[in-house]
Amino acid sequence: MTKHAYAYYPGCSGQGTSMEYERSTRAVCEALGIQLDEIPDWSCCGSTPAHAFDHTLSAALSGRNLGLAAKQGHDCVLTPCPSCLTNLKTAGKHISGDENFRDKVNRLLDEPLGTIPETKSVLQVLFEDLGPDWISEKVKRPLTGLKVVTYYGCILTRPPGLMEFDSEENPISMDMLMRAAGAEVLPYPLKTECCGASHGVARKDLVMRLSGRLLDMADSLGAQAVVTACPLCQMNLDLRQSQVNSANSAHYKLPIFYYTQLLGWAFGLPDASLGLDKLCVDPGPALRSIAANEDAA
Amino acid sequence: MPPDTVMQTVNLTDSPDRTFTNRITEESGQNLSLCYQCGNCTASCPYSFGFDIPVSQIMRLLQTGQKEPVLTSSSIWLCASCTSCTTRCPNNIDVAKVMDVLRHEARRQGFAKERRVKAFFDSFLDSVRRHGRVFEMGLMVNYIRKTGRFWTDLELGPKMLPKGKLAFKPHQIQGKEAIARIFERFEKEGF
Repeated sequence: MTKHAYAYYPGCSGQGTSMEYERSTRAVCEALGIQLDEIPDWSCCGSTPAHAFDHTLSAALSGRNLGLAAKQGHDCVLTPCPSCLTNLKTAGKHISGDENFRDKVNRLLDEPLGTIPETKSVLQVLFEDLGPDWISEKVKRPLTGLKVVTYYGCILTRPPGLMEFDSEENPISMDMLMRAAGAEVLPYPLKTECCGASHGVARKDLVMRLSGRLLDMADSLGAQAVVTACPLCQMNLDLRQSQVNSANSAHYKLPIFYYTQLLGWAFGLPDASLGLDKLCVDPGPALRSIAANEDAA
Repeated sequence: MPPDTVMQTVNLTDSPDRTFTNRITEESGQNLSLCYQCGNCTASCPYSFGFDIPVSQIMRLLQTGQKEPVLTSSSIWLCASCTSCTTRCPNNIDVAKVMDVLRHEARRQGFAKERRVKAFFDSFLDSVRRHGRVFEMGLMVNYIRKTGRFWTDLELGPKMLPKGKLAFKPHQIQGKEAIARIFERFEKEGF
């Protein structure tokens, strides 16, 4: 299989609160022969605070990174983070499709933008370009009997006209990859419901209710773990799970994995490359149950 | 069950401001008059329970030029940009983009009902402007300074620090001056 090379945009949280996503993404891509060329000197896309502030400023912050990727010689940028993905895609489409807007954005940048590369999520490339069959061939340690729900969050597939990936109402890409890795994927009716997003700091009360509902549903379905693809969703469900428990008088102990961590585990990659020790809710019992299921089989 | 928030009643024929409707139409690029109040956006909105004005009613108030109630609402700040409304609108109105543009306008006119949400956004952008990338610890310190809420998420520190997930120093990038220049030019251009 030929090696695929892409420009890679890690996103700010990958250096902090979601470092295990960043680490496991790199490990899984390497195992699958996907070359990630980190965009040199990339900067923040501005996330929600930027587009809530001004669309030209937001597009300039993303545009600088798209310009750097083009200079690198790449026509496609990969990012693991749905928020970065949305910003890079929105900026790219708007700049490419509207000359006036491009001029406004260029007035904010040191160098004017040329051809704009497209942007995809790492998940999209794993699912569409490699596919579940190729993934399952790499599995050395199947996730036998592990019951998971897949949680995509709001914006990985929405709005469909912008994201052009999977289904906006019932996405299945992560389900298929998890099945390819041997896990049992339970039907989860809240796949794309909001976790509360970035209001965890300013309006924790609202996030407790929304994230609480997600955990409650996952728990009542008998899931042993939740699988995510978004740093913000993962943080609200994992880091804030203890807050959710005290706010809602609940006692959830659901590990919240990044899909890349479970894929990497199934590929038999070393624990250190997956950052399992960075998760707040202990993933040990869930992972040990896989081993127990294998022994029983 | 009692409602979560008390919703207000607005008289739609009170002082309609057409320039407001036109401005939001132009800036968002959306044809606001296409909204026929089906309520799909409100039914889809995960934050409806916390909104003081449901999103479909925001759309109606926009059509009738009710600037003040819209710009002073909590709803426009609580919108999480999840794009459920945009995805499900039968008339293809990008409702989430309209909510974004309303936040821009509320800022310009000095309204921010949800001060803590605005303070969080501001702290985030300050961090990008200063370092080129978000520095999470600095962002929290800045937010706490702006709001005086020193106990915000205090209990999460002990969970994150031993895992090395909270850096004490910002990542230095060469392009941080380039980012500062983007912000400076933006202020000078006055878009």
